[in-house]
Amino acid sequence: MLTNHAKLMQFFSVANEVTGRKKLQKMIYILQKCGLPFEEKYEFHFYGPYSEELTLRVEELCNLGFIQEKKEDKSNYFQYHYTITNDGEEFLHQFAMDMPEFSGQVEAMKGKSSRFLELVATMLYFDGLSPEENVAKVHTVKPKQKYTDEEIQEAQFFIKWLRH
Amino acid sequence: MSDWFTYQSEKTRLKVHFIYYIIKRNRRKETDGYTYMAYKDEQLHEEKVFKDPVHRYVHVKDRVIWDLISAPEFQRLRRIKQLGTTNLTFHGAEHSRFNHSLGVYEIVRRIISNFEGRPHWNSEERLLCLCAALLHDLGHGPFSHSFEKVFKLDHEYFTQQIILGDTTVNKILERVDKGFAQNVSDVIAKTYKDKLVVSLISSQIDADRMDYLQRDAYFTGVSYGHFDMERILRVMRPMEDQVVIKYTGMHAVEDYIMSRYQMYWQVYFHPVTRSAEVILSKILHRAKVLYEDTHYTFKLEPTHFLSFFNGNVDLKDYLKLDEGIVSYYFQLWQEEEDAILSDLCERFTNRRLFKYIEFNPNLQMNEWMELHRLFMQAGIDPDYYLVVDSSSDLPYDFYRPGEEEERLPIHLLMPNGELRELSRQSEIVESISGKKRTDHKLYFPNDLVEKMENSAMKERVEEILNGQGDVKNAN
Repeated sequence: MLTNHAKLMQFFSVANEVTGRKKLQKMIYILQKCGLPFEEKYEFHFYGPYSEELTLRVEELCNLGFIQEKKEDKSNYFQYHYTITNDGEEFLHQFAMDMPEFSGQVEAMKGKSSRFLELVATMLYFDGLSPEENVAKVHTVKPKQKYTDEEIQEAQFFIKWLRH
Repeated sequence: MSDWFTYQSEKTRLKVHFIYYIIKRNRRKETDGYTYMAYKDEQLHEEKVFKDPVHRYVHVKDRVIWDLISAPEFQRLRRIKQLGTTNLTFHGAEHSRFNHSLGVYEIVRRIISNFEGRPHWNSEERLLCLCAALLHDLGHGPFSHSFEKVFKLDHEYFTQQIILGDTTVNKILERVDKGFAQNVSDVIAKTYKDKLVVSLISSQIDADRMDYLQRDAYFTGVSYGHFDMERILRVMRPMEDQVVIKYTGMHAVEDYIMSRYQMYWQVYFHPVTRSAEVILSKILHRAKVLYEDTHYTFKLEPTHFLSFFNGNVDLKDYLKLDEGIVSYYFQLWQEEEDAILSDLCERFTNRRLFKYIEFNPNLQMNEWMELHRLFMQAGIDPDYYLVVDSSSDLPYDFYRPGEEEERLPIHLLMPNGELRELSRQSEIVESISGKKRTDHKLYFPNDLVEKMENSAMKERVEEILNGQGDVKNAN
């Protein structure tokens, strides 16, 4: 019963505030790949793994008044900020889910740029490949981002840390 | 006399010889012709056409496409309905994934023929696009959305398995070129290097959506869902990494966005279809629970479901399961000892669906919990008979411009060569994109509520359910 909604509410409660839809998309994906039981279905899009299901579910949580979305006009695009509301806390109180601890990962990801999280999420998307193939695939699917070797190394390190 | 006979028989012998010679020569010509032509370039002697109610004709000239259509894994799509349980609401909606796949192929074929010779278009990618279009839904199973949710599967994974595994489709693709199957799989998975190729098959305005919107409108019989596809195809322009729309075609695209919006509410999100989908998912859940319960013995051993229950579905098992098999089990499970499984199967088979009310999990949280308690007390298991269904439980979406770099939107190509996101240019699209698009419904079997013996309890349940007017009849 709304278990997937409750899991996301747990995330918003832990994260406190999330800035940017793209960042939100990548954070949930990365947590999923760390074994956390988020069930939103992801597909590979232009900017890395993306879940339409997550977009819609977050919209539902906003419309229900469980989270608040603030829209900021950045002249050629909008940026969105998400925070949990009192009603949201109340809902979570009633439907708290038994989930492993993930506040450490969330804190670490909040400190990273969305570009970096896009890289991490993309590398995790192809984690079935060998490390060399993985890097090659990242360059194939994202030639425009021009990720540097340092960034890739940092991402590999970050993934190891996340999954330890 | 004898000379005359000898002469005649010699004449006949020569005649026969000559005919043989001609036949042989022609045969050699044919086989020689084939050896000179690579499989990937091979064309059928005559163009084949499939009559299609949406695109009039689907044209096939490539031998590779013709062979793929005949492959058992592709023919299997005939036995899987495009819209799952929608035919319980719109009886016309019996069309299969096979119809749709041919339709997507045909649209891509037309787009490509418009693209020939334009900048950014690499004509070497032609066959790859056609194969990816034809095979993009190959991994769908029966009622795949419910199966995916309950058994945590992903049809795209199976599409890749079929394309890359030990299958007829794989053999055909590998005959084209070594590594060709992998490329087809990458295009479908959207991870292929040429983004333009990917965007033909999947983007916010792609061949897949353009086919299913029109086809689903046609077969359900609704009057929404129509738009001028010919016009859209004419104004599509290939760019370096995506297809964009020439600005003069904006109104045709507005119509397409509108049709997507209408189809969502009128067909895909129809509450009756969702009711059937809820029951279907609960049947699968229940069967799995019973399988895991060592004390329960099925009258009909669920052979075809075993690997689904165990969570290790291999390709062979997956390909064996089609809608015929699923309805066979549902039919026979009506005789099972377990009251819940047999009841749910009877409901699904005979279309005795759940009723529903509009439901707000925030404002009605207390009532919901009270209902849960009352159902338990009345012996109606709320896990199976009191179900919330949300818009996010569906595999369809609306057009949304989104945040920058969240997801690629539709771009218009302006006269000065700039790209503009569609909703920034079109007021109609902007206003649809801003609309509230979510809802939640609570499904329950009204017939069981009516049969509740404790009259005080029944009264209270009905009071809650009728709180916002009459219970909606989902039949």
